[in-house]
Amino acid sequence: MSSVATPAPVSRRRRRRRTKLQRRQVRLAWLLLLPALAVVAFVALYPLGKTIYQSFTNQEFLALQPTKWVGLDNYHQLIHDTIFRDSVVLTIKFTVITVSFEFVLGLIIALVVNSHFTGRGIMRAIMLVPWAIPTVVAAKMWAWMLNDTYGVVNDLGMRTHILSHPHAWLATPSTVLLSACAVDIWKTTPFVALLLLAGMQVIPNDLYEAASVDGANQLQQFWRITLPLLRPAILVTLIFRTLDALRVFDVFQVLFGYRLGAQSMAVVNQSTIVLDGHVGYGAAMSVAIFLIISLFVVIYVTFVRVSEQ
Amino acid sequence: MWSRTPNARRSGERHGVNGTGRVPVHAQKGRGRVKYRRALLVLGLIGAVALVAALSIVAASGAGTTSASRGSATIPAPKVPNAKAIRKKYGGQSITFVGDSVGNGHVRDTALATRFTHDTGIKVTVQPHPAASDQAYADLVRAFSSKSSSIDVAMIDVVWPGAFAPYLVDLKPKLGKQAKLHLASIVANDTIKGKLVAMPWFGDYGILYYRTDLLRKYGYKAPPKTWSQLFSMAAKIQAGERKTNPTFSGFVFQGNAYEGLTCDSLEWLSSVGAGHIIDNGKVTINNAKARTILDAFRKQIGKITPQGVTTYQEDQTEGAFDNGNAAFARNWPYQYGIGAGAGSKVKGKFSVTVLPHGSGGHSVGTVGGWQLAVSKFSKHKGAAIEFVRYMTSPAVEKFDAISNSNVPTIVSVAKNKAVVKANPYLKPAIASVPRVTRPAKFLGARYNEASKVIYQGINQILTGTPASQVLPQIKSRLQQIMK
Repeated sequence: MSSVATPAPVSRRRRRRRTKLQRRQVRLAWLLLLPALAVVAFVALYPLGKTIYQSFTNQEFLALQPTKWVGLDNYHQLIHDTIFRDSVVLTIKFTVITVSFEFVLGLIIALVVNSHFTGRGIMRAIMLVPWAIPTVVAAKMWAWMLNDTYGVVNDLGMRTHILSHPHAWLATPSTVLLSACAVDIWKTTPFVALLLLAGMQVIPNDLYEAASVDGANQLQQFWRITLPLLRPAILVTLIFRTLDALRVFDVFQVLFGYRLGAQSMAVVNQSTIVLDGHVGYGAAMSVAIFLIISLFVVIYVTFVRVSEQ
Repeated sequence: MWSRTPNARRSGERHGVNGTGRVPVHAQKGRGRVKYRRALLVLGLIGAVALVAALSIVAASGAGTTSASRGSATIPAPKVPNAKAIRKKYGGQSITFVGDSVGNGHVRDTALATRFTHDTGIKVTVQPHPAASDQAYADLVRAFSSKSSSIDVAMIDVVWPGAFAPYLVDLKPKLGKQAKLHLASIVANDTIKGKLVAMPWFGDYGILYYRTDLLRKYGYKAPPKTWSQLFSMAAKIQAGERKTNPTFSGFVFQGNAYEGLTCDSLEWLSSVGAGHIIDNGKVTINNAKARTILDAFRKQIGKITPQGVTTYQEDQTEGAFDNGNAAFARNWPYQYGIGAGAGSKVKGKFSVTVLPHGSGGHSVGTVGGWQLAVSKFSKHKGAAIEFVRYMTSPAVEKFDAISNSNVPTIVSVAKNKAVVKANPYLKPAIASVPRVTRPAKFLGARYNEASKVIYQGINQILTGTPASQVLPQIKSRLQQIMK
């Protein structure tokens, strides 16, 4: 072990002539890694590779002709697909709105439940209820709440005179994005709060004590201690939420079905493959979504690197 | 769990810092607080789990109430003829039937399957398909393309035989004789390249439901003949009824972006002489008459219909009408049985007639209807065919027509006095209305995709985009598909 760890410059000839023990250890290491590598290859690399391959073919469900290689045809078609383009714009808007709201609200909630008060245990458990409800159920509940004739949202709005007449939240194009965001923010803010709370709890308490001894007030403590030390947790949270929001499917599918102008990227992709039966074209769409999401990952990771330096 | 350890430690530390040196007391106090907090946490978690469970149950049961609770099968399911011979040959085998989910369809399927199992010893598992028929189609596509033997008998829409023919068993050798009892036009629709790939089960066509009591109350002697009459009658009745019932609407139909809207809009278009979306292999939807009628409907959304009608499917339409919240409704005949049944608030207060038309056309009804087919990948084809034989027999069609108001495909059953009495839409004046068919024959396996283009476009018009902007898009997308 120790000889491997020494960072002495080793010539190529010497490295090749490893000791018997070293070779055995390397072999053992590969052997132990093999199951994990096989699993990764099977569940991640194979589907990804197959999807990329399919995106260059004209594969169909219930195909009348045999599948053949069509090169970049699918991608060419995708660039001119206005329905898909609209869904990309809608999904990115959805992501920006939901992630920012969830972050701000989640941070406030995390700060509250991180302080000491009676009933904090119950509070923390209750806080997680929306997140524990399956998204399909939550979306269905919201669909009833937002219903134009018997929904509770309109009822409350009318009683408090905020609304002059009942509004069809889900049926009107202008409130489509608002409704979807409301469901997602309600459901996912607890998750953001949970991640941030975990980050807050590893901040050593003596920092706050030293700060109060030095006369820093609560606000200064938040800006100078909590926020900087929370940065790793914040970045993880934002990456998690952004990627999740970009691949949103259930909220949109349950609330709007397949209405034009109310489809997320994943809904368009699913309907292309499942309803239309275009496996090849749908695969190209999946690859495009993959690239869009990767773009966000690259931006975040670069941001993390820059901020670490 | 995630918080207890670090916090306990932290509070201990604080005691150490702030305390006066009497360590044992503080330690005790700390332990007490940890115990108390743990109890609270456990309580909270139990509460949360219970809440989630309760909400899920409420959501799940709420979804089911619209159809399941109004079961109205008043007569027993008919006996299986020749049951002994079938039991001898196939008894003990199990088959899976992918059946109905709209209205009382699943209740009927289960009742018939139970009877069949009881008589023949063939175990039938009934699986309801998704209520939106385009989703049901997608499910079958996946099952067939993976050569799955998990489906033996499937309920297939009148527009699907062309697409599914390669995956279905030719029923002619065994059921050819029984097929002769059914309407020849539907049998022809189900015969692809000389093979009978499906047996007609029940028919469907769009009809207008109207409230006889409200028409009388507002001084109308007869149901509307034209769309503009319907719009003005609906407006007047709605204005009057809103005073006592704020959720009342004049007219409801299937406006959601799904297969049902393709059916509804085909009726609007062809009843004003605007063609049938695709005529003689050419896309004809982008014409002046189509723009006029579609824009007329757009202007009525939220005025005489609920604003949310653009999210309605069959069950929401039926719910609104049968709860007494609508004066007119467009739906399939199955709604008649539910409306005349025990749970309905409009029992004895409504009637049916043909759909209205425009000045340049005549009333029509979109052909719907369902067939039963046997999968080529079934492991028990013999038993499956016997089940189809039973389900499409005159006795079962009569049972279905009387207890569920579905349109019989067997001519003698459709003329049976008891059946006509239970289903006034079978009266010649309504049943003989010209039928229009969705453009499936021009599209074959790509029908579902084309229908999506149609219903998404029409839904876009209904939610506010002028027809002149949408129709050219529908046209070019359909042309792309037909290329």
